[in-house]
Amino acid sequence: MGRTKSKRVLPGFRLTLGFAIIYLSVMILIPLLGLFAKTFTMGWHAFYQTATSARVLASLRLSFGAAIVAAGVNAAFGVVIAWVLVRYKFPGKRFFDALVDIPFALPTAVAGIALTQMYAPHGWIGKWLAPLGIKVAFTPLGIVIALVFTGLPFVVRTVQPVLASVDPEIEEAAATLGAGRARTFFRVIVPEILPALLTGFALAFARGAGEYGSVVFISGNLPFRTEIAPLLIITKLDQYDYTGATALAVIMLAISFAILLFINFYQHGRSVAFRQGAV
Amino acid sequence: MSQAVFAETPTKLLTQEFGRVVHRDPLWARILLIGTAGLFVVLLVLVPIIFVFMEALSKGVSVFWQAINDHDAVAAFKLTAYTSAVAVGLNLLFGLAASWAITKFSFRGKSFLVTLIDLPFSVSPVISGLVFVLLFGAQGWMGPWLQAHEIKIIFAWPSILLATIFVTFPFIARELMPVMEAQGHEEEEAAVTLGASGWQIFWHVTLPNIRWALFYAVILCSARAIGEFGAVSVVSGHIRGETNTAPLHVELLYNEYATAAAFSIAAMLTLFALASLALKAMAERWITTDAYSDFIFRSKT
Repeated sequence: MGRTKSKRVLPGFRLTLGFAIIYLSVMILIPLLGLFAKTFTMGWHAFYQTATSARVLASLRLSFGAAIVAAGVNAAFGVVIAWVLVRYKFPGKRFFDALVDIPFALPTAVAGIALTQMYAPHGWIGKWLAPLGIKVAFTPLGIVIALVFTGLPFVVRTVQPVLASVDPEIEEAAATLGAGRARTFFRVIVPEILPALLTGFALAFARGAGEYGSVVFISGNLPFRTEIAPLLIITKLDQYDYTGATALAVIMLAISFAILLFINFYQHGRSVAFRQGAV
Repeated sequence: MSQAVFAETPTKLLTQEFGRVVHRDPLWARILLIGTAGLFVVLLVLVPIIFVFMEALSKGVSVFWQAINDHDAVAAFKLTAYTSAVAVGLNLLFGLAASWAITKFSFRGKSFLVTLIDLPFSVSPVISGLVFVLLFGAQGWMGPWLQAHEIKIIFAWPSILLATIFVTFPFIARELMPVMEAQGHEEEEAAVTLGASGWQIFWHVTLPNIRWALFYAVILCSARAIGEFGAVSVVSGHIRGETNTAPLHVELLYNEYATAAAFSIAAMLTLFALASLALKAMAERWITTDAYSDFIFRSKT
């Protein structure tokens, strides 16, 4: 089907596009531009001072560091979960499948207080870990666990459909050529699911770095030690330090947008490859 | 001889015949992997869910009942309910308009527009609240003007609504676009040649094709709107019984060491989340059966 320059047949193009652009501008773009405009009014020097203050750097390191670790855990277990869901039959599979979506639907504050109570030194799980010398609540480990919880669906739900579409015939081909199961997995299946895995990892990472509700209860919120960047923004706002809050927000956004661009670059590459291969 | 047989046997049959040998994993590997995945998900997700209900009922049913019927709790539930309803409604209008424009027409800058729709996904909820404080707060761009005209946006319902819309903005458009893209626009074009108006096309041709995806998207968006915490926390002002949404009320009670009450509200929110997941699972099954029959139909014609 060649794309000729034809007159638009269907109605409503101007109306729908116009409404979409106006709504997008009013709700998202203008507020975000306001944020960046605020940064410009504060001057380079003030921005630099806020950005490089020890407390800000510590919070950024914690937020992005914990998010990377959590996304890594999710990537590893996410592949196992997706594999089990796509390839095996077992009792309770649909229930298991539904559980994966819970972190998506459960209010973050609910997850936050539940995890905190459970992992507190006298909690359900905390009391078993305390004798082993493992502290979870009010430590960076607790932050990682909260972020593993919120990030779980991202990797599973991006890898699952791709894994399902991997043609078993190529695995058979690898097997007939003498490759073992492990070798087939790492040389045939992993390259197929790698772009989806990276996308899921990046999504979980971006979500985790900005996450607030599920983390704020379990983190303990000690400046320099367990204070995440979003909480520091709120603290600065409460102290009427609007410029400080804005500077920190802009830094966080810059990092997150870089991740988003990376995801889009990957997806674009994939869809082009798909079109060339399929059509 | 055997080569000739192989060459003539369709690959599908080969898979059926040798599939068991080639791509079934050994039993121990299956048990190990299912066990690992199961233990991980049960510990991470199921145990906390059970824990929420246990804590909510730890002081007895009457304490639970009192907590959820408390004056401030009811006010919080109401605020959350109508904020979510309005936010989801507006995002639904946007989602329909955006996906109609994007999937039925080709125009310049389309992929840029799609990227912009995704923007809120990469913005921390706290920042989503902050942008409205910078716009409408006392020190904000429009603060003095709003104060002069006695219009309250920050620490009042309008900003709670705006923050909720911002955070849940991409969900409906994101779910609808791939479905409408896959549907193509031949059916709508046929309707045009038969003289149907824009609204007729939408109601009688497009909507029946996307109804389950639409339902799914609304459920997903509602769940997120109801549970939104970070963005709303920045703009709400936390006025008990007035600008406290249900998730904020959970935080307030928890910080006051009213643990059983906090978990009672949390249990109600968990019930909503579980109900939305059940509805979503239903919609998912309908989408796949719809899409599948459609696929069969298309590949045969």
